[in-house]
Amino acid sequence: MIPPSFEYHRPTDVAGALAVLAEHGDDARVLAGGHSLIPMMKLRMADVPHLIDLQDVAALKGIEIAGDQITIGAMTTQHELIASDALHAAAPIIREAALQIADPQVRYMGTIGGNVANGDPGNDMPGLMQCLDARFTLEGADGTRTVAARSFYEAAYMTDRDDEEILTHISFAAPRGGYAYEKQKRKIGDYATAACAALIEREGDKVASASVAMTNLSDIPVFSEAAAAALAGSACDDAAVKAAVAAALEDIDPTEDNRGPVEFKMHVAGIIISRAIQRAWSRA
Amino acid sequence: MTKQIVEMMVNGETREVMVEPRELLIYVLREQLRLTGPHVGCETSHCGACTVEINGKSVKSCTMFAVQAQGAEITTIEGLGSPDGLHVLQESFKEHHGLQCGYCTPGMITRAHRLLQENPNPTEEEVRFGMAGNICRCTGYQNIVKSILAAAAEINSASEAAQ
Amino acid sequence: MNDLTPDRDERVANLKGLGCSRKRVEDARFTQGKGNYIDDISLPGMLHGDFVRSPYAHARVKSINTDAAMALDGVVAVLTAKDLEPLSLHWMPTLAGDKQMVLADGKVLFQGQEVAFVVARDRYIAADAVELVEVEYEELPVLVDPFEALKSDVVLREDLDGQTEGAHGPRKHHNHIFTWEVGDEAGTNAVIGDADVVAEETMYYHRTHPCPLEPCGCLASMDKVNGKLTLYGTFQAPHVVRTVASLLSGIEEHNIRVVSPDIGGGFGNKVGVYPGYVCSIVASIVTGVPVKWVEDRMENLMTTAFARDYWMKGRISATRDGKITGLHCHVTADHGAFDACADPTKFPAGFMNICTGSYDIPIAYLGVDGVYTNKAPGGVSYRCSFRVTEAVYFIERMIEVLAIELNMDAAELRRINFIGKEQFPYQSALGWEYDSGDYHTAWDKALAAVDYDGLRKEQAERVEAFKRGETRTLMGIGLSFFTEIVGAGPVKNCDILGMGMFDSCEIRIHPTGSAIARLGTISQGQGHATTFAQILASEIGIPADSITIEEGDTDTAPYGLGTYGSRSTPVAGAATAMAGRKIRAKAQMIAAYLLEVHDDDVEFDVDRFVVKGAPERFKTMSEIAYAAYNQAIPGVEPGLEAVSYYDPPNMTYPFGAYVCVMDIDVDTGVTDIRRFYALDDCGTRINPMVIEGQIHGGLTEALAVAMGQEIAYDDMGNVKTGTLMDFFLPTAWEVPNYETDHTVTPSPHHPIGAKGVGESPHVGGVPCFSNAVQDAFRPFGLRHTNMPHDHWRIWKTANGLGLHDT
Repeated sequence: MIPPSFEYHRPTDVAGALAVLAEHGDDARVLAGGHSLIPMMKLRMADVPHLIDLQDVAALKGIEIAGDQITIGAMTTQHELIASDALHAAAPIIREAALQIADPQVRYMGTIGGNVANGDPGNDMPGLMQCLDARFTLEGADGTRTVAARSFYEAAYMTDRDDEEILTHISFAAPRGGYAYEKQKRKIGDYATAACAALIEREGDKVASASVAMTNLSDIPVFSEAAAAALAGSACDDAAVKAAVAAALEDIDPTEDNRGPVEFKMHVAGIIISRAIQRAWSRA
Repeated sequence: MTKQIVEMMVNGETREVMVEPRELLIYVLREQLRLTGPHVGCETSHCGACTVEINGKSVKSCTMFAVQAQGAEITTIEGLGSPDGLHVLQESFKEHHGLQCGYCTPGMITRAHRLLQENPNPTEEEVRFGMAGNICRCTGYQNIVKSILAAAAEINSASEAAQ
Repeated sequence: MNDLTPDRDERVANLKGLGCSRKRVEDARFTQGKGNYIDDISLPGMLHGDFVRSPYAHARVKSINTDAAMALDGVVAVLTAKDLEPLSLHWMPTLAGDKQMVLADGKVLFQGQEVAFVVARDRYIAADAVELVEVEYEELPVLVDPFEALKSDVVLREDLDGQTEGAHGPRKHHNHIFTWEVGDEAGTNAVIGDADVVAEETMYYHRTHPCPLEPCGCLASMDKVNGKLTLYGTFQAPHVVRTVASLLSGIEEHNIRVVSPDIGGGFGNKVGVYPGYVCSIVASIVTGVPVKWVEDRMENLMTTAFARDYWMKGRISATRDGKITGLHCHVTADHGAFDACADPTKFPAGFMNICTGSYDIPIAYLGVDGVYTNKAPGGVSYRCSFRVTEAVYFIERMIEVLAIELNMDAAELRRINFIGKEQFPYQSALGWEYDSGDYHTAWDKALAAVDYDGLRKEQAERVEAFKRGETRTLMGIGLSFFTEIVGAGPVKNCDILGMGMFDSCEIRIHPTGSAIARLGTISQGQGHATTFAQILASEIGIPADSITIEEGDTDTAPYGLGTYGSRSTPVAGAATAMAGRKIRAKAQMIAAYLLEVHDDDVEFDVDRFVVKGAPERFKTMSEIAYAAYNQAIPGVEPGLEAVSYYDPPNMTYPFGAYVCVMDIDVDTGVTDIRRFYALDDCGTRINPMVIEGQIHGGLTEALAVAMGQEIAYDDMGNVKTGTLMDFFLPTAWEVPNYETDHTVTPSPHHPIGAKGVGESPHVGGVPCFSNAVQDAFRPFGLRHTNMPHDHWRIWKTANGLGLHDT
């Protein structure tokens, strides 16, 4: 497995990277951790005449927590997310989810920006970011704009990001209440058969607010507004969980693959969503 | 495509290689620097046979271009011990039968080395989770896990003794 | 002779011989990254080969245009079938008596088939050139189901069209390869027809792949000056490769040297001869420089050496109290596009006729029909002796199904049908003579170790709790009792391409009392350099640490048939012991001369010969070795060397008893292996540490196969599981700890009583894992469900049983 030839660029700032993108357009792609892109290049399923390595762009790194606002640089690795105790204190769902991604080596290299930006429906962070109602900061020749994670994904590998833009940061408010990232996979390193992120805030015996999003159950991550609505105001009892699951299942559209046919995935999705909600509630 | 010079610190020595950008780090290490310890197993970053340490991270070098390693500090299995003084992990794998065909072993030990740097006193579960990026087809892992736990105990008792 | 003489126990310990958990001598280089595998070898001026492969499973090749590839700077040659045809190398014979295309000759018959071979200055240019070769295909109808293939008008093998006779008898259809029958069909049918109880089941043992971590590869180097061809490669049988290479190339065998360096796991994958080897040899002969070819993981999974793919239909009969009276088995064997199965010549379905298992079954019949389909050829024995995994899976499932039919406990059903200890040597209904066994003792020990009755009680409670809605997790108790047949084999029965399946050992004792022994086998991780030295240490009284074991270089090693089917210890291990005894016999004469007594007046004692009745008078083996080289001994040639070619009188029959306890989440299909107990009896135990390691590894490969590992095709013949994302190799996280145990029933015919062990855990493990899954659902009416038991198939089983109905 040998990739085709390409030219290598290693800018030290975002402007430098954007300049290469502007010059080569479609022919250029940015490289973050590379563990999605490089295998695709080796299999000759991705042709990238100009590869822009972002590892030296310091501005894209780091985790910033200011009050209840969390900002994460796109080049922050999964390993760094897991290792950050401050982030864990502010948003424990991140570590819980990141530990379920790939394997240790891949997590040292794989970045949150790469995971959310490339639009692979199997990636875990997009669903999680939708659950957190995160915002993605995109920088292009015309300046900077912010897109909600919940409206960023269009189809598999298709996002709202323009070819000549770079996703630079991810920001979200520290979640309150209970959380869970539940994932069923065949083995370490696999994508989800079904995965679900859930956040629940509690007020007395009731759900004050909830957020439910799913991974690898459609060609894009799915935030289920209806599932959240079904939970809000309920006691998160069996009936409410059932209603939320039913609502969430309405929003997904899994496809058959080696993990199993649609009927199986729908069933497992229901189980995983319900477990995510129950675990989040138990921690709320 | 024109070649370029890449300078890396490999096992404590500065090395320069001329590479095309598309040359994968694993092949450059193996074929230009003749460090044939790390192996090619799956080529899609699943098996970990090509694991080396780069700037304090365990990395699957089949999924990294050599140009990305410009300026990096790299440790391969060849940098962990010498015939006159094996690394504790190397001794421990020998002692506890943590290998059979030996093909996964350099990646295994290199990964275990980093794991113990980050978690010097792991539980069995932590070893299994921390080693899950490395596939072995021969041993069934039981003795690999045993080797790593024994090495950790050995390192810890040695450092206690030193204090 | 003096007070410093160590006592006998110390001398025995010093040898590190049989039964000692000697640390492995291989490990120093492997742990330091200094192994020497095929892709580590580099020769000056070496070129790299890479294949153009078919994207289609069945297509006519209309044209191949290599101009653009040849025009690329750095490309030296692009070979197609047209280039190989004048050498008669565009096709090659297979191990199964069929022939196989080396490069596509007019059509392609499976996805990934080799179409052209590019030779270039480096691997990067070769890969680029592969993209530049233009091949025009015309798609043909694809057959991936052997039952469909036997009905279809589509002729897969046009080269055989009209041939009604194959290598193994008549062909019934143009996609049929052979029918192989063993046993008494009419008699078996009669017994089953009259029986009190009959259980029938059809099971599919899915296609999978050995997938060693190191893929296959070779480096061919033709030295035109000296007329010598050197071939380095991942060969489990280097001598056979040399013979085949000579027959194919016309180069005399003495001018070919085959070297198997360190091999990164084999498990059967590296037994076959692949187009990559042939093309590298041709390319090196043509270019006069060394040519290396190493496949990538996708090529490995898609094209070299599948395993299994057996559709097995069984009927088993018994009396009402559970005594088995007859067994009928029919197999439809999917062999893919070419019959390249790696079996001894006279056994087109390997040793599938060991399918009566560990049970005293008075009459049986086995029929196997081999079929061509549009899948890759191969049919290797993945960590088992020839088709034994299939046979043991079959009988261990049939026993479970019969237990259901009889409403009897499956452990008890096994017990009452075991071949009794007193019945050995035991003649099976399908023609084998089992050498030794004590099944009841092993079974009782296993069941006691796991508290079988307690487990059943717990399981029953779990079922009740499940029915009450208190849990969604079921518990399965997997049982298996297996008998392997390994150590092929007696030359009168077993050959490969006409070469009898003996094996060999040659020993040289050096003057200062150390030694080298060379064998016809080749380790792929089994630790031969460690364990064969132990056999020899005990035989000749020289410490294992002073014995070098060398394998894999055909210029130096004696001819042997290689390592697969657990044959190394039963055959080459026996040759080692026998050669050692020749050394000892000569040493005895030398010792007697030195001690000035008659030959019969000295006897061997651990590491020396002593004068009978006067143990203070002795000569150590070290002293004897020195004398062999520096003294003129009347009637005795100088030197101390021996060679033995061992033709075993029979196979060996290792056995074992396994129990698995598994929890199954009915809602998701997720499984958790709570406990796995493995008792193995491999006869005399050479190195317990190595045995235990083999068992852990074999069980893990069994877990993989039973629980998810498959080569799956879609209807178009596309491989759906071509990378390690989808081809299941478990990590440390998915694998449990195993409990190992043993009994020792030596083989009566093996010089040291050893039987071979590396494959037992795979053979016995697969049905054990599978039975655990099936057992969990037995209380809800399941009879049988096919492997692999991945999440969705388990879910489907639960769903089909109504366990998701609320």
